[in-house]
Amino acid sequence: MKILVIEDDREAADYLKKALAEAGHTAHVAFDGEAGFALAVEGDYDVLVVDRMLPRRDGLSVIAELRARNVGTPVLILSALGEVDDRVTGLRAGGDDYLTKPYAFSELLARIEVLERRTGAREVETHYRVGDLELDRLSHTVKRAGQEIPLQPREFRLLEYLMRHAGQVVTRTMLLENVWDYHFDPQTNVIDVHVSRLRGKIEKGFGAPVLHTVRGAGYMLKAG
Amino acid sequence: MRLPAVMKTTAARLSALFLILFALCAAVLVAYMSSLSVRMLTQQTQDTIMAEMQGLDTAYRRGGLPALVRVVEVRARQPGANLYLIADPNGRILSGNVESIEPGVLEIEGWTQDPFAYRRYGESDDAAARPRHHALALVLRLPNGMILLVGRDLGEPEKLRDIVNHALLLAFAMMGIGALLIWFFVGRHALKRIDAISEAGRRIMGGDLAGRLPVSGSGDEFDRLSENLNVMLARIARLNDGLKQVSDNIAHDLKTPLTRLRNRAEAALAGKPSPAEYRAALEAAIAESDQLIRTFNAILMISRLEAGYSAEQAGPVDLAATVADVVDLYEPLAEEVGVGLAVGEVATATVAGNRELVGQALSNVVDNAIKYSAGSEDAPSVLVSLTRRGGDLVLEVADNGPGIPPEDMERVTERFVRLEQSRSRPGSGLGLSLARAVMEFHGGRLELSAKNPGLSVRMIFPGDSKRHGEN
Repeated sequence: MKILVIEDDREAADYLKKALAEAGHTAHVAFDGEAGFALAVEGDYDVLVVDRMLPRRDGLSVIAELRARNVGTPVLILSALGEVDDRVTGLRAGGDDYLTKPYAFSELLARIEVLERRTGAREVETHYRVGDLELDRLSHTVKRAGQEIPLQPREFRLLEYLMRHAGQVVTRTMLLENVWDYHFDPQTNVIDVHVSRLRGKIEKGFGAPVLHTVRGAGYMLKAG
Repeated sequence: MRLPAVMKTTAARLSALFLILFALCAAVLVAYMSSLSVRMLTQQTQDTIMAEMQGLDTAYRRGGLPALVRVVEVRARQPGANLYLIADPNGRILSGNVESIEPGVLEIEGWTQDPFAYRRYGESDDAAARPRHHALALVLRLPNGMILLVGRDLGEPEKLRDIVNHALLLAFAMMGIGALLIWFFVGRHALKRIDAISEAGRRIMGGDLAGRLPVSGSGDEFDRLSENLNVMLARIARLNDGLKQVSDNIAHDLKTPLTRLRNRAEAALAGKPSPAEYRAALEAAIAESDQLIRTFNAILMISRLEAGYSAEQAGPVDLAATVADVVDLYEPLAEEVGVGLAVGEVATATVAGNRELVGQALSNVVDNAIKYSAGSEDAPSVLVSLTRRGGDLVLEVADNGPGIPPEDMERVTERFVRLEQSRSRPGSGLGLSLARAVMEFHGGRLELSAKNPGLSVRMIFPGDSKRHGEN
């Protein structure tokens, strides 16, 4: 994946570049808004990571200008502000996701990978399949090895989100955001308990585990 | 132009301005009054003269010049008589009570336009010393060329003018004194109070943050100004105290985990650790720093809420849905730790506010309730309910855990306060503080009460469900 990081803090930018490279991505770095904007228009990037406060041109105006020029590259906004409102203004300016500093790199990486996938047409799918696990959005049924598994509505949505992003790391905050529509950081491991309960339902009595825990990051649904 | 220092004060300038204005008004008024009075007196004089003249005219018609002279002589001798004069065509005085008269007056026909000087008989002794009188007269020519003059002394109007002039002077003098008094009272008094206010302001700026502006108790403008400024100062002081408390708490509660973090890193470097030990140490360090970040975010959020930062996306918050969401979120966790999380009565209710914040506040309270009731002996349980009480909406989370000692009830919602017995449990100690800040931000309040056993935390939204951010 080709990623452009627009971030004025050189140390943070270099760290991101290196870490993204280790994760198997190509990252380019711009240190101010103008340079970043020029690169974003020219280069063919899969995802842009844009800091909100940038010299010469602030992040939100870069995004708004890109959107005005019909550059639809998914944007992840990084911000040190991190208020409920800031998130809203950021997304309104054309950002696709919002992450508050300081963040865990695993969180950033998980979100970037989900963003890239978002450009594909997977969202409109009505039927997901991971190994022998199937989920049908229309009939609201989940089957494993052909056997129907009854799920609570919330568990269904949790599994639906995991299946939509099968093969990708999904973090706890991503789950809270997408399944419960809350953006705060839960104090305890509430999400873990939900996931382990779901895991019990879709794995117990079946063969190989499908819902894996990725240490220090989150979860991943993957066959085999 | 350089003004003397005393003129630079507002009071002195105002006094001077008032003085000039009053003087102008008084002068105009006095001039008008005096001209009016003089005109009225003159009119009266003319009427009197006219009447006299008619009497003389009658005498003249009846008995000719001799009769006229007789009447004049009689009248002229009466005390306080008017001026009477009969002269030949050449102006030689023949009869009457006037000894001499200003030249030219007898040549006039009709009313004299200006007052003229004359001298009566009997005043000639000290003629040079005494000023001559002024009078107004009617001069007529008889058919035989003789001149008849009837006049009246102008002593009264002149006296009046003197009185008016005196009054004017007196008025000016009093205005001068008045201006001085105004300067003294308004100036000295007001200046003194303004100086006192500036002095207090300087003291406060100099670091005496507990200082307040003086209030005299008279309830005047200065008092209102001082009172308002004092309210402002109190608010600033409160915010300042809050800030100080935050920094104290940051120092206290963030230093501990930071020290722990540092110690772990140091310990990991010491000796010859295996890669697995390195890994464990690093993971522990990350977990510790995540907790630090969480604490830090909570502090920031509380501060912003307390500073009244206004959420743009304030909309209707469906409280019943929030209860359902949060209970749904915590239900598996509660089950895992053996706490029965139940929903009681839930009214249908919507308040204006921020869904995220209300959800976070409720989840903090529920989190707390689960955490503290988990250890209790008999069937730990948490009950969430939403009821209307009076006009208020009460979102209550009740547990049957150990509760809080009454003496600590107030303290627990303060930032970072974690009661000693709970120090060992995870958490930033900010959950209830954040919930309280969220409630106050929404114009509501957070109430804690003992339930025996257990604790009841009530999030109370005021009945009229005011928009937040209004003070």
